[in-house]
Amino acid sequence: MLLRGVALLAGCYIIGQIIGESLGQLLGINNNVGGVGFAMLLLILAQNELEKRNLFHVEMGEGVMFWSKMYIPVIVAMSAVQNVRVAFNNGILALLAGILPVVLCLLFMPILSKSKAE
Amino acid sequence: MEYIIELLDKNGLIVAFLVTGILVYLSEGLSIKLTNKKLPGSAIAIFLGLVIAYIGGILTEGKSGIADLPGLTGFKVMGGPMFRDFAIVSTAMGASFAVIKKTGSVGILSLFLGVIFSFISGVGIAYAFGITDVESLTTIGAGACTFVVGPVTGTAVGASSDIIALSIAAGVVKSILVTIGTPFIAPYIGLNNPKSAMIFGGLMGTTSGTAAGLAATDPKLVPYGAMTATFYTGLGCLMCPSVLYFALKAFFN
Repeated sequence: MLLRGVALLAGCYIIGQIIGESLGQLLGINNNVGGVGFAMLLLILAQNELEKRNLFHVEMGEGVMFWSKMYIPVIVAMSAVQNVRVAFNNGILALLAGILPVVLCLLFMPILSKSKAE
Repeated sequence: MEYIIELLDKNGLIVAFLVTGILVYLSEGLSIKLTNKKLPGSAIAIFLGLVIAYIGGILTEGKSGIADLPGLTGFKVMGGPMFRDFAIVSTAMGASFAVIKKTGSVGILSLFLGVIFSFISGVGIAYAFGITDVESLTTIGAGACTFVVGPVTGTAVGASSDIIALSIAAGVVKSILVTIGTPFIAPYIGLNNPKSAMIFGGLMGTTSGTAAGLAATDPKLVPYGAMTATFYTGLGCLMCPSVLYFALKAFFN
């Protein structure tokens, strides 16, 4: 049952990535377009569908939850393999070109958050 | 000594589990002792991760942070895109489809605004530094989106390799800033619900930065932010070397 959960996650992941990769190919940009997003949608839909049919076992959920809890350690490891040196050693232009877009885009947060789509 | 390092590299992923575990454990201790739990342990752990990445970069002059050190190559697997994306997808379990559907339109809007305004600010900075050829400006503008969009765009428009390196650096700075800054800025921008997380992901775009920043803020928000951010790099790769490049060209002529 535990493995069924992991397999469900793996299935959604692979199908989502294939969709993202194919979309990239179709658009001619040779890059994944939203593969993770599609995989997430599939997982949510699959879970809802299985729950409706009473096929979603608690232990299946645990198989997915394990990875969900591994998330922060994986992110810590991801931070540890970033090219931090290049970010610091490329001078003030790179620093400003990284900082300004964040600040500018943050200004849109309050406007968009107040928009009608609740 | 050599056979031990060989053994560690052979079991790289397990070593990475161990070292990351120690790092997370230390961070939780620091969170309680130094900040009275005000700064979450996860935020400190992510920051320490960046610190050891910097140390690794200084020691080896490599590109992969701590993973360039002998014995620690397994970090490339654990911190690589496969595990990252797999773990991000798993966080979607329990996320509300209704919320995603409702916020979808404003999420898409935030994606376009995020790409366009990041591009403009990157171009503006580069121009202020005396760069005037459209190809270089486009590439740095693209780098201000993410560190993937920069080199993809630079290659497409034929920018020089030092400009491409600069665009990667800008993207990495952005990703690190979002990682570290999100927990601090969150209370001021109302980043405490799924809708604002989706908008935030669309505006910031850097999947790694958004995912790590939201994890340090409130792990419940991760799936929503990651959902939109994952479309950003694709959209950037689509728009920067085409529409935005041509617009810039028209603007400068």
